Amino acid sequence: MAEYYYSKIHPKKFALWLGLGSIIMMFAGLTSAYIVRQAAGDWVFYKIPEVFTYSTIVIVLSSLMMILSIRAAKQGNKSLHRLGLLGTILFGFVFTLLQFRGWDQLTEIGVRLTGNPSGSFLYLISGIHLAHLLGGILVLLIVFIKSLIKKDPVKEILETSNPDRFLGLELASTYWHFVGVLWIYLFCFFYYNTI
Amino acid sequence: MASTDINVGTHTHDDHHHDHHDDHHEELNFFTKYVFSQDHKIIARQFLVTGVLWAVIGVAFSVLFRLQLGWPDESFPILETLLGGWAEGGKLDPEFYYALVTMHGTIMVFFVLTAGLSGTFSNLLIPLQIGARDMASPFMNMLSYWFFFIAGVIMLISLFIQTGPASGGWTAYPPLSALPTASSGSGLGMTLWLASMSMFVVSSLLGGLNYVATILNMRTKGMTMMRLPLTIWAFFFTAVLGVLSFPVLLSACILLIFDRHMGTSFYLSDIWIQGELLTNSAGEIIEGGSPILYQHLFWFLGHPEVYIVILPAMGIVSHVMATNAKKPVFGYHAMVYSIMAITVLGFLVWAHHMFLSGMNPFAGSVFTLFTLLIAVPSAVKVFNWITTLWKGNINFTPAMMFSIGFVSLFISGGLTGIVLGNPALDIGYHDTYYVIAHFHIVMAMAAGFGMFAGIYHWFPKLFNGRMMNANMAYLHFWVTFIGSYCIFWPMHYLGEAGVPRRYFSFSEFDFANGFADLNIFISVAAIVVFFAQFLFIINFFYSIFAGKKMEKLNPWGSNSLEWTTPIVPGHGNWVGKIPEVFRWPYDFSKDGHEITPQTTSEKDLEDIPAVKRIPTR
Ligand code: HEM
Ligand SMILES: [Cu+2]
Repeated sequence: MAEYYYSKIHPKKFALWLGLGSIIMMFAGLTSAYIVRQAAGDWVFYKIPEVFTYSTIVIVLSSLMMILSIRAAKQGNKSLHRLGLLGTILFGFVFTLLQFRGWDQLTEIGVRLTGNPSGSFLYLISGIHLAHLLGGILVLLIVFIKSLIKKDPVKEILETSNPDRFLGLELASTYWHFVGVLWIYLFCFFYYNTI
Repeated sequence: MASTDINVGTHTHDDHHHDHHDDHHEELNFFTKYVFSQDHKIIARQFLVTGVLWAVIGVAFSVLFRLQLGWPDESFPILETLLGGWAEGGKLDPEFYYALVTMHGTIMVFFVLTAGLSGTFSNLLIPLQIGARDMASPFMNMLSYWFFFIAGVIMLISLFIQTGPASGGWTAYPPLSALPTASSGSGLGMTLWLASMSMFVVSSLLGGLNYVATILNMRTKGMTMMRLPLTIWAFFFTAVLGVLSFPVLLSACILLIFDRHMGTSFYLSDIWIQGELLTNSAGEIIEGGSPILYQHLFWFLGHPEVYIVILPAMGIVSHVMATNAKKPVFGYHAMVYSIMAITVLGFLVWAHHMFLSGMNPFAGSVFTLFTLLIAVPSAVKVFNWITTLWKGNINFTPAMMFSIGFVSLFISGGLTGIVLGNPALDIGYHDTYYVIAHFHIVMAMAAGFGMFAGIYHWFPKLFNGRMMNANMAYLHFWVTFIGSYCIFWPMHYLGEAGVPRRYFSFSEFDFANGFADLNIFISVAAIVVFFAQFLFIINFFYSIFAGKKMEKLNPWGSNSLEWTTPIVPGHGNWVGKIPEVFRWPYDFSKDGHEITPQTTSEKDLEDIPAVKRIPTR
C-alpha cells in the first residue's frame, strides 16, 4: 500500500487523464476554429475521401487488439499478450499509411493544404492527430520490447504481488484508446461538416 | 513544534512509489542533486532563480523604452554602447523599440509571473503543505523545468540575432506575426518566439498535470480538501486553468506556424503590399483567412493566463496574512468558492479583449455580463483579506507588508477593470495607456508583490534555513510600493486623454505633447523602482549563501505542515513518518493560544499544557 490516503486511483493514471483533458482542449480549440471560420462564409465544400472510413475501421480493430492483449497479460498468457501488442502496433501503422493515402486522395480531388481553409483545416487537424497517434505507437513499441525481455524468475514471482505491475501497460492502453476515440470524433466531425 | 506523538496507524511505508524515503541514501553527485534533480524543492529553486534572472532582463527592457518615452528628443550615448546598431547615435531604433516592448511583455507574463511565480511556489509548497514526499511524477516535474529552460534559451537567442527578436507585441497578432516580411522582427525573431512559446506550453502542461494529480491524490492522513491551506487551493485552480487553456494557445501557434511556413491562410486574407496582392510561394493569392480567429484562440488562453498569474499570488497573500495577523482567514469557504468562481468565469470572458475587433453585439453583451460578474468573487476576496486584518495582532514582517501592498494594488487595478469591461467605455480606452495602467497595477504589480511576499516568507524553506535581511526588505517595499503608484497611476490620465499604447513617440500629436512632463515623471519613477530592485537582488543572492540561519523551526509562527520538516529537509521531506493532520491551518488565537499547528490533535489539546504546546515567538 502506498503512503497516501485519498487515492482511489493511481496518481499517474490520474495525471494521464488530465493530460487527455488538455489534448481534448487542443482539439476543441481547433474544431471550434473550424466551425467559426466556416460560419464566416467563403468556404469550399467537398466530400471527405473514402479512405478515412477505412482508417476509422482499422483504428477500431487496433483498439480491440489492445483489449485482447491487456486481458491476456492479466491472465498470465504471455504469448497472446505479445501477439495482441504486435497486432495493435501493426494496425497503428496501417492507420498511418491510410491517413497518408487519404491526404493524397484529397490532393487528387483538388483540395490542397494551401487552398481554401476548409481543406487546410482537414490536413492540419488530421495531421496533429496523427502526431499524437505516432507518439502512442512509440510508447507501445517500448512496452512491446519490454515484454520480450526475459525476467529473472524470482523477480517475476515477487512481481505478482505488486498491484501496480500492469500500470505501464494500462497507461499505454488508455492513451491508445483515447487517440482512437479522438479520431472517431474527428472523422464524424469532418463527415458531417464536409458534404 | 507540538510535541505530538503522531499516530499514523495503518500508515505503512511502502517502497513502491517512493524508494527514497526518510533520510535518503541515494548516491547523488552535483548533477543529479542540483542540475537534473527530481526533488521538488530543488526544482522550485531552479524556477525561482531562473525567474529572477529573467525579471532582471524584462524589467531592464522597460527602463530602456521608458528612456525613449520620457525623453523622445534626447540621445543617450550609453544606449549605443549597450545595444550597438539598435541605438545608433544613442537613439533607440523604432523597430527595436517594438522588439523591446514585445519581449518585455512576453518575458514578464510568461517567464517571470507564470513560471517564476507558480512554478516556484507550486513546486515548493504543494508537497510540503499537503504532506507528501514529492510530486506524483518527480520525473515529469524535472522535465517541466527543463522545457522552461529550453524555452528561455530559445528566447534568449532571439535577442541576439541580426534581425532582432519578435516585435509584434506579446499577443503576437497576425498579420504582423504571420508575414515574415512584415517587419524585421517578424522574420526569424517571430519563428524563435513561436518555438519558445511551444516549449513553454509543454513545460506548463507537465507542471500543471503534476500539481493537480498531487493535490488530489497524495495528501497525508487527515488532510481533507477543506483543511488545505489557501495557497494549495490557489495552485490547484491555477493548474486547472493552465491545463485547459494552454493547449488552445498551442493550437493558435500551430496554425500561425502553418501560415508562416506552409503557405496556408488561416489568419490571412487579401493582404495588399505596395499595391500588390500578396501571394504564397506557389503564386496563389492568399485569401480566406481571418485574423480575428487568432484573437479568439489567443485570448482563450490570454484571459485565463492573467488569472494563472494572479491566483498563486492571492493564495500566498491569504496564507501569509492569516499567519502574520494571527487570525483565522476570514471566510475560508468563501475564499475557496470565489477562487473556483474566478476559474470558471475566467474561461467565459476572453472576448472582452476584442470589443473593438468587431463582434456580434449580442455576444458582446454576454461577454460584458460575465466580465462584470468576475468582479463579485474578486470583491469577496478583497473583503475577506481586509476582515482578516481587522483587529488582528499584526506582525509586520516583510512578507506581510508586501501582502498588504498586494491588496491595495489589487483594489486600485481591479476597479479600472470594471470600467474597461463596459464596451461603451472601452471604445475610448481600448489600446490606450488606461489599459496599461489597469493591467500593470492589477496584474503585474500585484502579482509581483505576491511573489515578493512568498519569497520573503518561505525563503528559509527554499534556502536551507537562511533568512533574508529584514531592513533591506522594508526599504525595498516602500520604494517599490510608492514607486509603482507613481509609475502607473498617471497613466490613467494619459489614457483618458486618448494617448495610445505601443507608440514609439507622440511628438507629432499636439494633444499628447501636453503630457511630456508627466512622461518624464513616469520614466524617473520607473528608473528609481528599477534600481530599488537591486535591494532585493543583493539581499536575495547574499542571503542564499550567507543569510542569518533561522533559530527556530517555525520562524513566523505558522500552523501549516511545511514548518514541521527539518531545517534542511532531505529528499522525502520528513524524517520518519509523515505527520497526520487534525485541523485546518488557520487555528490562530484560538482558546487563548496564539497558534495551534495542523498536527495538533484534540487529545493533544487536553494532554499538553498550553505553554508547552505553543512555540511562542
Ligand atoms: C474586476 C475584474 C476585471 C475586469 C472587469 C477586467 C476587464 C478588462 C478588460 C475589459 C480589458 C480589455 C481592455 C482593452 O484592451 O480595451 C482588460 C485588459 C487586461 N486585463 Fe483586466 N479586468 C479585470 C481584472 C484583471 C485581473 C485580475 C488581471 C490580472 C491579474 C487583469 C489583467 C488584464 C490584462 C493583462 C489586460 C491587457 C492585455 C493586453 O491588452 O495586453 N485584469 N481587463
Ligand atoms: Cu481579460
